[in-house]
Amino acid sequence: MRQTLSRWWDSDFGYSFRQSPAAIIAAVIAFICIFCAVFAGWVAPHNPFDLSTLELGDARLPPAWEEGGMAKYLLGTDDQGRDILSALIYGTRISLVVGLAAVALSLLIGVGVGLLAGAVGGWLDAFLMRLCDVVSSFPAILVALLIAGVARALYPQASDIAAFFVLILAIAFAGSNGWVQYARTVRASTMVERGKEYVQAARVTGVPASRIMLRHILPNVTGPVMVLATIQVATAIITEATLSFLGVGVPPTSPSLGTLIRVGNDYLFSGEWWITIFPGLMLVLIALSVNLLGDWLRDALNPRLR
Amino acid sequence: MSVFILRRLLQAIVVMVSVAFVSFLLFQYVGDPVVFLLGQEATPEQIRQLRADLGLDQPFFIQFWHFLVNAAQGEFGLSLRQGAKVSRLLAERFPATFELALVAAILALVVGIPMGVYAALRRGSFLSQVFMTVSLLGVSLPTFLIGILLILVFSVWLGWLPSFGRGPTVNIGWWSSSLVTVDGWRHMILPAVTLAIFQLTLIMRLVRAEMLEVLRTDYIKFARARGLTDRAIHFGHALKNTLVPVMTITGLQLGGLIAFAIITETVFQWPGMGLLFIQAVTFADVPVMAAYLCLIALIFVIINLIVDMLYAAVDPRLRVAKATG
Repeated sequence: MRQTLSRWWDSDFGYSFRQSPAAIIAAVIAFICIFCAVFAGWVAPHNPFDLSTLELGDARLPPAWEEGGMAKYLLGTDDQGRDILSALIYGTRISLVVGLAAVALSLLIGVGVGLLAGAVGGWLDAFLMRLCDVVSSFPAILVALLIAGVARALYPQASDIAAFFVLILAIAFAGSNGWVQYARTVRASTMVERGKEYVQAARVTGVPASRIMLRHILPNVTGPVMVLATIQVATAIITEATLSFLGVGVPPTSPSLGTLIRVGNDYLFSGEWWITIFPGLMLVLIALSVNLLGDWLRDALNPRLR
Repeated sequence: MSVFILRRLLQAIVVMVSVAFVSFLLFQYVGDPVVFLLGQEATPEQIRQLRADLGLDQPFFIQFWHFLVNAAQGEFGLSLRQGAKVSRLLAERFPATFELALVAAILALVVGIPMGVYAALRRGSFLSQVFMTVSLLGVSLPTFLIGILLILVFSVWLGWLPSFGRGPTVNIGWWSSSLVTVDGWRHMILPAVTLAIFQLTLIMRLVRAEMLEVLRTDYIKFARARGLTDRAIHFGHALKNTLVPVMTITGLQLGGLIAFAIITETVFQWPGMGLLFIQAVTFADVPVMAAYLCLIALIFVIINLIVDMLYAAVDPRLRVAKATG
């Protein structure tokens, strides 16, 4: 473990990481967010889902540094006396889980379709690429919204798990930021790799086609895919937040950052800005740090820029 | 060229029929609309009567055929919630969305292009760096959050601008416009800015990148060697050549504006089609949802077709490539 870490640190990759202050700051922020989300139960000062600890007398308190704020509630409380900071940490966890799951699903579908199209070619390739064209001619957020909205209208009484699954599906299928981008990238690199000598050699020695695809071609096309996946984490989290804000996202029993913003939005006019602004800032912080990491990764993995 | 357009047309028709099929399926699987309309205490005769009135008692394919014929005529039946004709509801809401998208598009172009040109020409200057940083924020900030922040600052804290609705509208024929009164414009500012920011930053970054690319080319160096003024080089030669990709992206973004309008309209309670759709989702108002789906698909198919044609018309290289290949 230590050896691999130090080897990574001394490699070109580690060098370019050390040279980029933006990447270091972004990585630190992302690490803190992930840490808090994973250990939410220990990190959060209160449990926002434990109704017995809520005190209505503490409702709508401003952040601790404002007049009337309490040190107990660092970022203030919402209309039910829930600690904003704790709700934020739990909300981040849900946002991250949905975002990562959506990226994983898009990867699975996109890489599969791309490999298939690139390796098989012919009419299947033409059909799949046409499909990609059509899907990506609609804006991502619109497709996600339509899928989530239609599903919501079809099954208003769906269980929480089903609601989560539909949401993840909606984000993964969403336009040009979803599976389509992986399919296109993987197809292009697969077509290049397919003609190379190592693939021909494998074919000549009688390695089955499926094994060539998965064990020989796939490892050689993952570089650009990882960059896309990193950036997609940010767009997936924002898409989820937007859908939840519009009321077609996560089920209300497990509020994500978007749900918190939606709920807090109602209190904006009575001056309780902290209920909606802090989850919003958190969302921007996550999106920004993931985007910066993705930018760095793209530059670091691009040999032409070295 | 004509083969290219024909193929695109065919593709457009396939998309439209699939979207129509999806919206038709909606009708089949959503919980019984009759219960929504009549409530729980309706008598069986009332229910049967209404089912017959709404055509819900006919077989699947006949219903789909009726649906297609009606949809082609812009007829989607009655809204289950409001009891009014869907086509009329959408027509009422259309001007609001169109005016919002139009103002936002103009704002994005009029502000975004000069900002991009400036950031390319004065690369490294303080103002350019401010532009680039702000644009990074504009891309990272989700639309609804921009809207909320603008409301917080300009409506709640400063109290300068109204935060919801369209304000007074004036009817010009069937078109209700909020662009003819001062108060209407005051209502327009925050939603339009919210909707424009993402496109604005996108256009700015695109113009900057394209300008930097073009300024490096030989013909710009040659123009410099000929002693042309900076102005002629930058605007007569360089900017002109950056506009092709900008035009394409802007065309495609018009559709994006309509998509993001759903979010903006929800934040600002702007009475457009997007808000109508979100409300329809909440109440499972299927005819409205179906009509909106079909309308959006139609708008997109048309925009994509026009952009494809414009692209072929503007860039002669494409025409040659299409003709020979």
